[in-house]
Amino acid sequence: MNSVYTQPVQDLIDELGRLPGIGPKSAQRIAFHLLKVPEQDAVRLAHAITEAKRRVQFCETCFNISESSQCELCADDRRDVSMICVVEEPKDIVAVEKTQEYRGRYHVLQGAINPIEGIGPDQLRVRELLERIRDEAVKEIILCTNPNIEGEATAMYLARLLSPVGVTVTRIASGLPVGGDLEYADELTLGRALEGRRAVEAG
Amino acid sequence: MGQSRDGADPVSLYSDHGIVLRTYKLGEADRIVVLLTRDHGKVRAVAKGVRKTRSKFGSRLEPCSHIAVQLYSGRGELDIVTQVESIDHFRPIREDLDRLRRAVTLLEAVDQVAQDREPSPRLYQMLLGALRTLAAQNPPLVVAGFFWKLLALEGFAPVLDQCASCGSSGPLVAFDLDHGGVLCASCRRGGPISADALDLLRLILGGKLGQALEEPEGLAATELEGIATRALEATLERRLRSAGLLDA
Repeated sequence: MNSVYTQPVQDLIDELGRLPGIGPKSAQRIAFHLLKVPEQDAVRLAHAITEAKRRVQFCETCFNISESSQCELCADDRRDVSMICVVEEPKDIVAVEKTQEYRGRYHVLQGAINPIEGIGPDQLRVRELLERIRDEAVKEIILCTNPNIEGEATAMYLARLLSPVGVTVTRIASGLPVGGDLEYADELTLGRALEGRRAVEAG
Repeated sequence: MGQSRDGADPVSLYSDHGIVLRTYKLGEADRIVVLLTRDHGKVRAVAKGVRKTRSKFGSRLEPCSHIAVQLYSGRGELDIVTQVESIDHFRPIREDLDRLRRAVTLLEAVDQVAQDREPSPRLYQMLLGALRTLAAQNPPLVVAGFFWKLLALEGFAPVLDQCASCGSSGPLVAFDLDHGGVLCASCRRGGPISADALDLLRLILGGKLGQALEEPEGLAATELEGIATRALEATLERRLRSAGLLDA
């Protein structure tokens, strides 16, 4: 079928349609919105995209996204170097940082083991993690992968790999979300919450 | 929801039991789950909001879960998950990498074999049985046993007692899918098969699967799993991606 749009518009729709979560209809809506806005707004968007692509790279140590070869978290001397929190994606670092409970370093695997998709440990930054444990004064590794089947498989794999290395390996706890109802909790989560119960200190 | 449209399909909500074969991320917080159901065959359905921590579905829709599920059949190809209750979440499988590896291999194979909305109670029972066995005791031959049974279900029954090519009963040393069974030394083609592995295969396909599952870990078990995987891959005409990926 021949395109009904002029070529530049069709190109824009095609490019937008490649973005995650954008279908052909949304792509068309965004394209027409962009054609309508003042030129400087559109240029600003284009500039933001090219700048982000040009200036952002992966941290050489932890593989977080970063503006230089060392990300801010790795360059920060005040952070505890004896702990590494292992996460799947850079956005997971943001989630952990928001808790303000963790002051150690991170390591981004850039994915999780997913046997059905054919993603194994070799496609992840596992070797780099081992090198860091060897070179840095690491005492504890926190496995902070998602509590789904891929994340659990990754955590189990790493736990087995790291057991002879001589560092403490911990896994984040599973439990009930604060503000939720017990009756809606699924059996696996509730079971783990019970298993991980702790003594309540009076007062 | 639930009201009939055009009177064409008045019953659009249905309940079934199923096993989650795999999931795909969809959009911001949703997933597409692929279920092997008892009465409706393989069903693809959207589970809205499962990736949020406060999802009412929680862990129930993770691969390998055995669930009672209510689905809404819309106009599209994908149904929508409305309610889920867990029957068994096979916790021993989730907490052991080796069992998990085996379970995922089974799920992938079933996903390839099962047909959309084509009920196969036999396949459903086989998978459920295999997962229960895996959770209970993790026998080394569970994947090989399942694959051979799966091939048998697909209509492939290899010749095991004589050479599939010349009919001689001499030492049988090779296995070839195209010839439909084992071959003697002079007709040998395909891959080699050891006498121990052949004995195990005879047990599995001779209705003595229980006995085969009690066999200890060994070279013959590994060998038979390899032959089964290649045979299944040849039948499906595609690679099983999870096979061998996590072998340490």
